[in-house]
Amino acid sequence: MSKFKKKKKGMPGISTASLPDIVFMLLFFFMVTTVMRETDLKIKKPRLPKADQVKKLERKSLVSYIYVGKSKDGSPGDRIQLNDRVSDIKDIKSFIFAERATHSEAEIPLLTTSIKADLDAYVGTITDIKIELRDINALKINYSTLKGSALDNMKR
Amino acid sequence: MARRDTPEINAGSMADIAFLLLIFFLVTTTMDIDTGISRKLPEKQDPNIKPPVLKEKNVFEVNVNRRNEILVEGEHYMQIKDLRKAAMKFIDNGGGSAEALKAEGINPCTWCEGAKDPSSSDHPKKAIISLQSDRGTSYATYISVQNELVGAYTDLRNRYANQKFGRDFDDLTNDQQDLIKKDIYPQIISEAEPTK
Repeated sequence: MSKFKKKKKGMPGISTASLPDIVFMLLFFFMVTTVMRETDLKIKKPRLPKADQVKKLERKSLVSYIYVGKSKDGSPGDRIQLNDRVSDIKDIKSFIFAERATHSEAEIPLLTTSIKADLDAYVGTITDIKIELRDINALKINYSTLKGSALDNMKR
Repeated sequence: MARRDTPEINAGSMADIAFLLLIFFLVTTTMDIDTGISRKLPEKQDPNIKPPVLKEKNVFEVNVNRRNEILVEGEHYMQIKDLRKAAMKFIDNGGGSAEALKAEGINPCTWCEGAKDPSSSDHPKKAIISLQSDRGTSYATYISVQNELVGAYTDLRNRYANQKFGRDFDDLTNDQQDLIKKDIYPQIISEAEPTK
């Protein structure tokens, strides 16, 4: 009987030797997933439409973004944001030229312009942007959308 | 009996476990990837060059007005959900006579499953979808229409790819994809200047 009684001892302490590893793991995880250089929006965040015929945009370094949405103070009409300031349609050309200047000659035909436009933006604004882009031969564009059924766009 | 201390839990392998987890997350985490509909803009046209004359039956006209209503072929209003079917029917019609197509150096559309209606498109290579919108159309409608038109081509390409190669279009090799893109179902969507 006495044999079994002796087994009673205090709880073994939890080893903390792996704590650094866990911390490092978390650190690496956040380091990897954090997106640097998040441009803050000066216009209302565009609510992207949904579509199912989507392609992934690869090589983010080759993509320049044009945001189209309403202004924050609620005034009517569409606003355009290039990089981190609200701009005019006419600024698009210089914006694309500035983007091109940061890439090598060989990469220029691969440059894509991603248009992140709000559901309620007008096609007129988008067309103006496209005409500007076409004038300077920036022909690859991508209408940024979320994945989903396109039929949902109309139900609002 | 000798009284022993509780043995310490061996922490030597903890680091390995931690690294395993780290690698697991590294592999599975998808950083928010931008997705969207990719299109290529037409090159700037020389105003002196006359556009080629097209037969009306080879053009599928889609108009979207500022009230976001869709008018197809200039005669009937259509809901967005019916657009894809209508576009597929048009592209896949294959109504052209074999001799007339041969004379132009195009193989007759033996893979078309359409109605072969002589008043609709001759051949997928000749079928053009023309999209005209208004400056006041909402972007949501515009994207939905674009999506459905691209979707019509995707569905047809997938159907062909499955029949011929037993796989979806996206899973084919580049050569096979190019063949379909060029000779089977080329995607011809033309956008007209929007109305004011």
